[in-house]
Amino acid sequence: MNYLVSVLLLAISTALINNMVFHYFVGNCPFIGVSRRVDTAFGMGAAVTFVVTIAAALSWIMTYFVLAPGAPLTAAVLRLVRPGSTAVADLSILNYIVYIFVIAWAVQLVEMYVRKFFPPLYKSFGVFLPLITTNCVILFTCLEIMKHVPVAGAPVAEPWGLDRALIFAFFAGIGFLIAIVLMAGIREELEHCDVPAPLRGPGITMIIAGILALAFLGFTGMDTTLARRLAPKPPPASAETAARPAP
Amino acid sequence: MAENAVTPIAPAAPPPAAASARAAPAKPAPALSVAPGPHIASGALTTRRMMLDVILAALPLLAVSVYLFRQYAVFQIAISVIGALAAERFFGWMRRRPNTLGDLSAAVTGLILGLSLPASAPWYVGVIGAFAGIGFGKAVFGGLGQNIFNPAMVGRAFVMIAFPAALGASAYVAPTLGVDAVTQATPLTAFKMMGSVAALKPLFLGMTNGSIGETSALAALIGGAYLCWRGTAAWRIPAGGILALAILAGASDLTGGSPWTFAHHLSSGAFLFGAFFIATDPVSSPLTPKGQWIFGAGFGALVLLIRAFSGYPEGVMFSVLLMNSVAPLINRWTIPTPVGGPAPERK
Repeated sequence: MNYLVSVLLLAISTALINNMVFHYFVGNCPFIGVSRRVDTAFGMGAAVTFVVTIAAALSWIMTYFVLAPGAPLTAAVLRLVRPGSTAVADLSILNYIVYIFVIAWAVQLVEMYVRKFFPPLYKSFGVFLPLITTNCVILFTCLEIMKHVPVAGAPVAEPWGLDRALIFAFFAGIGFLIAIVLMAGIREELEHCDVPAPLRGPGITMIIAGILALAFLGFTGMDTTLARRLAPKPPPASAETAARPAP
Repeated sequence: MAENAVTPIAPAAPPPAAASARAAPAKPAPALSVAPGPHIASGALTTRRMMLDVILAALPLLAVSVYLFRQYAVFQIAISVIGALAAERFFGWMRRRPNTLGDLSAAVTGLILGLSLPASAPWYVGVIGAFAGIGFGKAVFGGLGQNIFNPAMVGRAFVMIAFPAALGASAYVAPTLGVDAVTQATPLTAFKMMGSVAALKPLFLGMTNGSIGETSALAALIGGAYLCWRGTAAWRIPAGGILALAILAGASDLTGGSPWTFAHHLSSGAFLFGAFFIATDPVSSPLTPKGQWIFGAGFGALVLLIRAFSGYPEGVMFSVLLMNSVAPLINRWTIPTPVGGPAPERK
């Protein structure tokens, strides 16, 4: 399949069909916590998109060169330490720890930037900005990418290069952005509504998220249909050979 | 919402000279226009009147459905309406609210839900749909006028995911064929699964299989025209939807896309029923004229997108729910400028 088409399909599938919030149900904590105002929600979505892209790029590089079984850097170090050893170096037990460090580093970067250049946004984020570190959208994206990093020994089903990983991460962030902005728009409207007292706040937000998840089910199957439509057509030569015996 | 509508007794003041000198194009008024006082309340414009209009407009659909599905249609619609009324009273009682059955809004929700279900669905589908729709779609938001999503579509989405097998329309009574019932796939499903294209005339008249109220495009057009003429439905929403669907599907036809042309798209499935009866719900659709165009166009485009590319044969329900979720943002971005008023402040 054409490279551009496959990348487009990956983007649509990540942002709409397998939306992080409405399909995988990850990232619910900021989704509920910071969806009170549209502008704050947009800021949060943009911050998550930025962090997830950086973290995904770094974790793909770390996994490919250092952590995966038989990764080149680790193998080189092993050859230096124990020349002639036939053991395969496998550091994948460290995956989670390394990813969390990478994410924390990226969040620190964003936090410093936002604090310096957007003080009001920094104030309205409050505790949720450092909490991006523990945002499951980001760790989930890194773990999804880990499954697709090409490994020398054991071939994976659908190997992603750094480009695919970056597109996946960016559109995972965009999907989260869409979800949180939609929710913030609805919640601003809800301020005029007579919601029953026990449901105010997180309760009604979860119910709305459920209805939105039902609505997003409408996109199911769009990626496979698009892939079928956009797939290169069979060469016309076969049609000619089929038509030839007729006359 | 409708009870608060007021009618100005003074004619609208001519715009000041400064404004007319600017030659600003006159913008259409928002749906709820409030002129400077004094005001008199218009006794004729009540929720009950609007809901009665919807029930009257649904009469052609009801007639076609009874003709096609006989007692099954009557049974399904009755179950849904009774379920919706019971749910409304039940949730009102839970919150110690006065009885709101008299404004007929719950009856209309049940009617729309019943019309959107297939005649062959078992009885509990209508009841559960009505309770889920009134409960999760309306009562948790505080009742009439405050719901974000169309309650009937919330209920239908709920039962569609809960009972996917029961939501396939399986048979209809064909009065002219001399048999008891005809079992066949709905035209949209048949096209999606097997690529078979239905004839245009029965699609338009409604002599096909489908959900109870969706078969006849003609009946939906008649009812919808009545709704728009009465002002109960904002005409811009169906107009935007039909335009968007026709333009997008027509562009696809011009490139030699599929045998399912834009005329098939317009007259098949629940599109016209949804555009006139469901998307125009005044509570969950935008209030501003420009917003209503955007809402309608988005609805039509999403219906086409879901029909053409997703795993579902029909996308009206999903499109309505998706556009409802965008409606608050559309409202916010399309606040109209009053003629002669100050330019809106840009942040």
